[in-house]
Amino acid sequence: MIAEAGHFALLLALAIALIQAIVPLIGAARGDAALMDFARAAAQAQFAFIAVAFGCLTWAFVVSDFTVSLVVQSSHSAKPLLYKVTGVWGNHEGSMVLWVLILALFGAAIAVFGDNLPPALRARVLSVQAMIGVAFLAFIVLTSNPFRRVFPPPADGNGLNPILQDPGLAFHPPLLYLGYVGFSTVFSFAVAALIEGRVDAAWGRWVRPWTLAAWASLTLGIALGSWWAYYELGWGGWWFWDPVENASFMPWLVGAALLHSAIVVEKRDALKSWTILLAILAFSLSLIGTFLVRSGVLSSVHAFAVDPARGVFILVILIVAIGGSLTLYAIRAPSLKSGGLFAPISREAGLVVNNLLLATATLTVFLGTLYPLFLEAMGGAKVSVGPPFFNATFVPLMVPLLFLVPIGSLLAWKRGDLAGALTRLWAAACAVLVIVLAALWLQGGPVGALLGLGLAAWLMAGALVEWAERIRLFRAPFAESVNRAVNLPRSAWGMTIAHFGVGVIVAGITATSAWQIERVQLMRVGDAIEIAGYTVRFAGTDRADGSNYLSRRGIFEVTRDGRAVATMYPEKRFFPVQGMPTTEAAIRTTILADLYIVLGDIEAPNAPGGGAPNFLPEPRPDTAWTVRIYYNPLVPWIWIGAVIAVLGGVVSLTDRRHRVGAPRRSRALVPEPAQGD
Amino acid sequence: MRRLLYLVPLAAFIAVAIWFAFGLTRDPSKVPSALLDRPIPEFTLPALAGVNVPGLGAETIRGKVAMVNVFASWCVPCKVEHPILMRLAAEKRVPIYGINWKDKGADAARWLAELGNPYAAIGHDESGRVGIEWGVYGAPETFIIDREGRVRYKYVGPITPAVLQETILPLIAQLEK
Repeated sequence: MIAEAGHFALLLALAIALIQAIVPLIGAARGDAALMDFARAAAQAQFAFIAVAFGCLTWAFVVSDFTVSLVVQSSHSAKPLLYKVTGVWGNHEGSMVLWVLILALFGAAIAVFGDNLPPALRARVLSVQAMIGVAFLAFIVLTSNPFRRVFPPPADGNGLNPILQDPGLAFHPPLLYLGYVGFSTVFSFAVAALIEGRVDAAWGRWVRPWTLAAWASLTLGIALGSWWAYYELGWGGWWFWDPVENASFMPWLVGAALLHSAIVVEKRDALKSWTILLAILAFSLSLIGTFLVRSGVLSSVHAFAVDPARGVFILVILIVAIGGSLTLYAIRAPSLKSGGLFAPISREAGLVVNNLLLATATLTVFLGTLYPLFLEAMGGAKVSVGPPFFNATFVPLMVPLLFLVPIGSLLAWKRGDLAGALTRLWAAACAVLVIVLAALWLQGGPVGALLGLGLAAWLMAGALVEWAERIRLFRAPFAESVNRAVNLPRSAWGMTIAHFGVGVIVAGITATSAWQIERVQLMRVGDAIEIAGYTVRFAGTDRADGSNYLSRRGIFEVTRDGRAVATMYPEKRFFPVQGMPTTEAAIRTTILADLYIVLGDIEAPNAPGGGAPNFLPEPRPDTAWTVRIYYNPLVPWIWIGAVIAVLGGVVSLTDRRHRVGAPRRSRALVPEPAQGD
Repeated sequence: MRRLLYLVPLAAFIAVAIWFAFGLTRDPSKVPSALLDRPIPEFTLPALAGVNVPGLGAETIRGKVAMVNVFASWCVPCKVEHPILMRLAAEKRVPIYGINWKDKGADAARWLAELGNPYAAIGHDESGRVGIEWGVYGAPETFIIDREGRVRYKYVGPITPAVLQETILPLIAQLEK
């Protein structure tokens, strides 16, 4: 009964979305306030019904209702409650329901908090938002019904993929979706602006908080996914340039560009058609990401729904949404009046360079991800483009971008003073020198790694210099600096924090790529390995079974200079319901570095035909285990830096200009569009 | 001229969309087998205890057109394709050999007792070693072997009636000519 209620709620939400897509648009065209206002009520009702559907599905998972096919496929009565709940979106159908739930949540948020939007724009935005909703709700109802019953119901479920039973991954999809779907709001704003044929500074101000929120969620989602890959996959790596990783990375890159270009629209009334294009592209790439993951066009460990029928449906959505919006763009964008002019050396110009580099980087990732498919289309062989391609193309684009960050943020709007900016960065230059010399003394080469650390120091120190400049630290009396710091706009604080975070990420990536130490060795009980000053002794194994898995646990005693540092327990787990083994790395972090141990296979597996399955071999005292030990310097900084950058985004989001209910700026304050071109 | 510039994104997208549409026409389950058109690997596997058919080796398979199916009791899609294998076995169209892959013998025996046994012989590959030689990376997988003992076709995932009618049976008929 609950499942049918959920299904019915989805159908009602679809019907409401259909009306919400059409009626407000007519209202906005005719200037009919009642029809336009209908959008607000509809958006809230649509959200309510999807929430009911999602609640019903969650209920079915929590009580393990095995008459629902989806629960059978991806849940099990013995699973911990947390993973029963996260199992809701650990599969194709459920994750699509989560997608529309978040979409409707954003729509409802615009409806509720959008008091400061002009009614016509608000109606059009909500209408576009509803069109996206119609497409995805129809997709769910027609091809991926999560509430399908199964008869007769089996005694128990097939369980969730054990590799996905992990707190890090449990919250990875919702955050990623917050980001993806957050860009849908920006997309709706862009399309609504194109329909109206007007983009002004106020538009930039409305769009920015949504971009920030989406970008921050996406950052957190990607960081969480990469952290999960790091500790769960047991390869000691944190980013694999996997097609599905790239699918989430491309909207992130475009989102970062959009974040910066929207500032130019807001402050200087320039770069309008470019910003609109970025807004369309950010969501388009989110859709393409969904398409790639859901259609099985690219094979990947992540692609859990390989179904051509669904692929065709998503492709149709893609063509209508992206093709339609780009057609609208081609028609309307040329008539957008471009505003403020600026000199080649100015903050605007800096942001243009930022945008060009980020856009080019997105293009390289896009080509690298889809090149194998393209080659096959040309009748060529099946190839895959690996990390070497991305490292060779992506890194050279990022280096100049990151180098320019501190300089650009010190330039003034309209016309900047390059020499002045560079002289003010002397402190940052000193920091770079100190760091590079220190690294040279401690580690020696390679040159690339020294440059990378120098770049990280440049970013971090540059962010601090810019902040110190703003509050006139050490130039004005201290009390005045404090006063200035207190009154500094939150968006300025946000920029400083976010840029600093990027510096931290760069340091982490550089150090771990250049100076990771890996030891792979057969170890018997009592053997020891020396790594980076630590002695790791293999003390034996024991059993550590969980509620739904069996586990063999290695015991490793870590000492440094004879002093005990830690005991580490890497595990090999076996999930009997799925017949699937997993490895659990043991990680000990000092913030400056991680010690990372993976327990591998035993030397001579049991002969076939013998008693127990050999996923969890019963070792003899002299059994040798393959053990992989990594020493990863600064690797935690990658995720710490990401969290700092997200924090910067959140601080910027609380800026009073973005705050809900902030007083509207009067029209006169908005710069008049200049008669350019 | 300037207007044309604004058409560039649309044109680029159309190209990408065509490219995607092509990508969809590929069957993602058709992963080329490293063994395709090569002789089957040499192997001998013990029989499943409690199941009334012999074990499986390369000699058993060679000499006639045959189907080799990789299955396991823990594998859900195997359960999906099982009725199709049962029907095929009842028609005695082609000998079906099973490789019981990464499975406990007792579980597999119970599974076959419950659902029926379509296999003329079953090799118990508990460690998955022989599976590696066959290039198996998931169950179920199905191979069609010709008279000379060469792998002629590999299908990944549960056999559907459509695949059976449109690909597998015509291929068997052609190989038997």
